[in-house]
Formats: sequence, C-alpha cells, structure tokens
Amino acid sequence: MSALLDVKAVSVSFGGVKALSNVSFHVEEGEFLSLIGPNGAGKTTMLRAITGVVASQCTDIRLGDKTINNIPTHRRIQLGLALTHQIVRPFRSMTPLDNVALAVGHRRVRRILRAMFSVDRTLERHRAVELLELVGIEMHAHEPISQLPLGVLKRLEVARALALKPRLLLLDEPLAGLNHVEAGRLADTILRINRNGLTIVMIEHNLGEVLRVSRRLVVLDNGRKIADGLPSDVMRIPEVRAAYVGKEELNAAS
Amino acid sequence: MLIYEISLATVVCINIILAVGLNLITGYCGQISLGHAAFYGIGAYTTALMAKAGFPGPLNLLAAMLLTGAAGTLVGLTSLRVREDFLAITTMGVGFLFLGIVRQQESLLGGELGISSIPSFGLDKTAFLILVLVLAGLSAAFSFFLKKTWMGFAFEAVADDEDTARLVSIDVSSYKLAAFALGTALAGLAGGLYCYFARFIVPDDFGFITSISILSMVAVGGIGSVFGVIAGTTLLTLMPEFFRFVSDYKLFVYGALLFAVMRFAPNGLAGLVSAFFEKREIPAGGPS
Repeated sequence: MSALLDVKAVSVSFGGVKALSNVSFHVEEGEFLSLIGPNGAGKTTMLRAITGVVASQCTDIRLGDKTINNIPTHRRIQLGLALTHQIVRPFRSMTPLDNVALAVGHRRVRRILRAMFSVDRTLERHRAVELLELVGIEMHAHEPISQLPLGVLKRLEVARALALKPRLLLLDEPLAGLNHVEAGRLADTILRINRNGLTIVMIEHNLGEVLRVSRRLVVLDNGRKIADGLPSDVMRIPEVRAAYVGKEELNAAS
Repeated sequence: MLIYEISLATVVCINIILAVGLNLITGYCGQISLGHAAFYGIGAYTTALMAKAGFPGPLNLLAAMLLTGAAGTLVGLTSLRVREDFLAITTMGVGFLFLGIVRQQESLLGGELGISSIPSFGLDKTAFLILVLVLAGLSAAFSFFLKKTWMGFAFEAVADDEDTARLVSIDVSSYKLAAFALGTALAGLAGGLYCYFARFIVPDDFGFITSISILSMVAVGGIGSVFGVIAGTTLLTLMPEFFRFVSDYKLFVYGALLFAVMRFAPNGLAGLVSAFFEKREIPAGGPS
C-alpha cells in the first residue's frame, strides 16, 4: 500500500489563535481513517486545510504524487478530493437530484466555453438517481430542499461528494444530528463504499460507530496530534482517554 | 406606425437588451451590480466616436460589445475580492468613475455637452426598430439558452453558495468573470444602439439613476427569469409614457416599486405568476 494523502506539518492560525500546530499524518490507499478529538481540537480545520478552504502555513500536502497545498480549492477537487460538510450546505435553489447531477457533470463545467454549449443533462440525472438510491433518498429527488429533514440532507451531502468520483472522500461528522437507526444505516453505507475501494477520512463524535467502521484513528487535541494507530491501541492511551472523558473524571475514576 | 410609437418601441427593445444583460450578472450568477449604466455608456461613447470617425455601423456595434465586455471583465475582477453589499458599493463607484471621466474629458468625449451630430446607422426609423427588435430577441434567446446549458447550471451554483460551488470543482472566479463579460457586452450593444437611436449622447444618460432604473426593471420582472425581465422592462419603460403622474415622479415610483417587490414578492412578476399557477394546481382541500 502507498500513501494516497500525505499531510506534513500543517499549521493554521486564526488571528492569534493556533487552531493547528505542526500536524502530520498520512492516509493509505483504500484505508478508512477516522479523525477524532474533543470539540475545538482542530479536526474540521484540518479538513478545510486539506481542501484549501483555509490557508495553512509552511506545509506540504500531497495527494498521490501531486503537491496540492499551493493550488485553489476547485483544482484540488478536480484532482480527486471530495468533502461533505458538518453543517449541511445543499444548493437550496436546486432539487436534490440537480444538486447531485451538477456534481456528476463536474467535467462538463471544467472548461467554461464547453459548458456554454453543452445542454444535455440526461446522463448526469440518470447517474444522480443511482447515487441517491445508493444513500437511500431517491424518493426525495424532486422535493424542495427547504422541506427535507436533516437526515436526508446529510445523505445528500454524501451522494453529492460521491458524484465527483473522488479518490479520497473527506467526511465531516456525517452522522451528527441523526438518530441511532439513521446513523447506523448511513455508517453501513459509508463502510460499504469504503469496501468497494474508496479511501475515506472521517471526522465523527459517535465513538461507537467510529470504532465499528474505522481501521485507524488519528486523535487531535488542542491543535496537536496526540495519537495515531489502530483503534484498539489508540483508545488505551491515557492521554486520549483524558482528552475525551475529561481529566477530572479520569482522576476521580482512578 | 407613428414616429412616436416607433421610438417608444425602440427604447423598450434597447432597455430589454440592457436588462437581460444585467440579469445574466445579477440574476444568473448572483453578483449585484449598481453600475450597469457605465457599461451602457462605454458602448454608446465607443460607437459615437467610431461613427464620427467614419467607421460602418455594424463594425461599431461589434467594437462596442467587445470593448465594453473587456471593461466589464476588468470590473468583474473586483467581484473576486468583494461580495454582496461591498460589490454593490464598488460597482456603484465604477458608475461614478465613468461619469467623472466623461464629464471632465472635453476634447474627445465632449464633457457635459456630450457628443452630438452622430452619423445615422443608415436605416430609416422603422428598419432600425426591426434591427433593434431582432437584436433584443436574440439577446433574450441567448440568455434563455444559457440558462439551459451547463454554464447556466454552474452560474446557479455560484449564485446559491460560492464556497460549496468550489467544492463541486467549479472555478468560481472564471464563471463570475464570464457573467460580467457577457452581461456587460450586452450593455455595450444596447449603448451602441442607443447612440444610433438618439444620435446625441450626454453623460447624464448613463448616470446612477439609469443604473437603478435597469435594476428596478430586472427586480420588478423577477430576478433570474428572462420572461419576467422582459415584462418588467416593458412595463417600467412604458409607464412614464402613459401616465403623466409616473413621468413626473419616475424615481419615486421606481423606488416604491423596487421596495414593494423586495418586501412582498422577492421573485417579482415571474414569481407571482408561477405562484398563481402552483396554487391552482393544488386541488381544493389540499395541504394548507
């Protein structure tokens, strides 16, 4: 196996606040890696640095054999990244079907002049329906976004990201806000997608699901990486337990 | 047709080209512009100067479109830096900058007195109206077509949520610039036609009030809808001609209409019409 994503020494500051300091990790081809840590640890910032939504300092981020930290977001997506948002951001003026169809047709909008003269959306819509079926929301394909519940929109985010045919899928809390059954079902879908060969990096607070589906964990706390390894090994590290459960409670327990 | 009706129809068609152009920028791509009249003016002054230098009409119109489109792309660069309210203020500033230049530049652009005795396009009034009508039809058809293309699809995404558009690999900057280039090129064409229609242009034809009037036409008709924009433009252009009161208080009426639309029917006439039909489709006793 070779590293599909290699992140070296990412630091991000917002004003005087260091959100990430000197974090490195890599993701193997085909791996399912979960990025965990308490609120404010810098997990979302890490994904945003990888996609280029926030600027990072003195870093080297590679996707495959290409350095991507110096190119704009849309180019990184074209090279094979896809991201789902923690707080859903569908295109509200479009139906769920068109949200996905636009992403399916991402090659058509790449060259602006070609986009100006291509009209047909049949193929893309057809593929979009398949993707909506994959995440189980095809019955909502034509409903207005404003009338859809969060569970559907969360899965729409995943369908839209998959539509880009990424090499690496970044998921930011895909299960948050879903009930137990919904979360389990979406986690199964994601796991199935990974088994079919797609590399996944997921941020998630639902530890039960994280431990069930991930092959490796990277733990962040206060903008630093404090652990990296197999889920069973990582969860035994006292520092990780302290970051998660809270130091006082751990002291009280011991 | 009488001379009066012919010139009225010509003005309506010119305004339709202007409004359809602004609709590409503001309606399709979501970039607000309060300086559209400046591009109308650039088209008119380019045409006037070239016509006086003896170049043929069709060439002048083409040059007006290209030059204005280039200027529009340049101004569009600001939309990559600033958004929404700040873009509105910046484009408004561009409008005043244009006015300042044409007012002060006397030797070439005629200063406050503008440019007069512009040569004719070479068509009589009826034939010129037909030309303008055809061009307005083509502009509307083009923008209707554009909405159906993948470019229109991408514009929709940019207007909806820029950051998310980037995440589906859309090159947001290029699409914004394309919207500015196309929309302002249409304004340039409208300016050239106006120049040949009036054969006398002054800076005030292209002032802030004109920008706001065009925006009112687009907003009242329904931002984003081609048919709505055509209806809104026709209505707002003809109103002052038919009602003495509107003519006396034109700005007041436009302002009130703009406010009423924004407050009560943000999708304009087009939105009202489609809401009316949707309501009729729901059977009696349906969801409330």
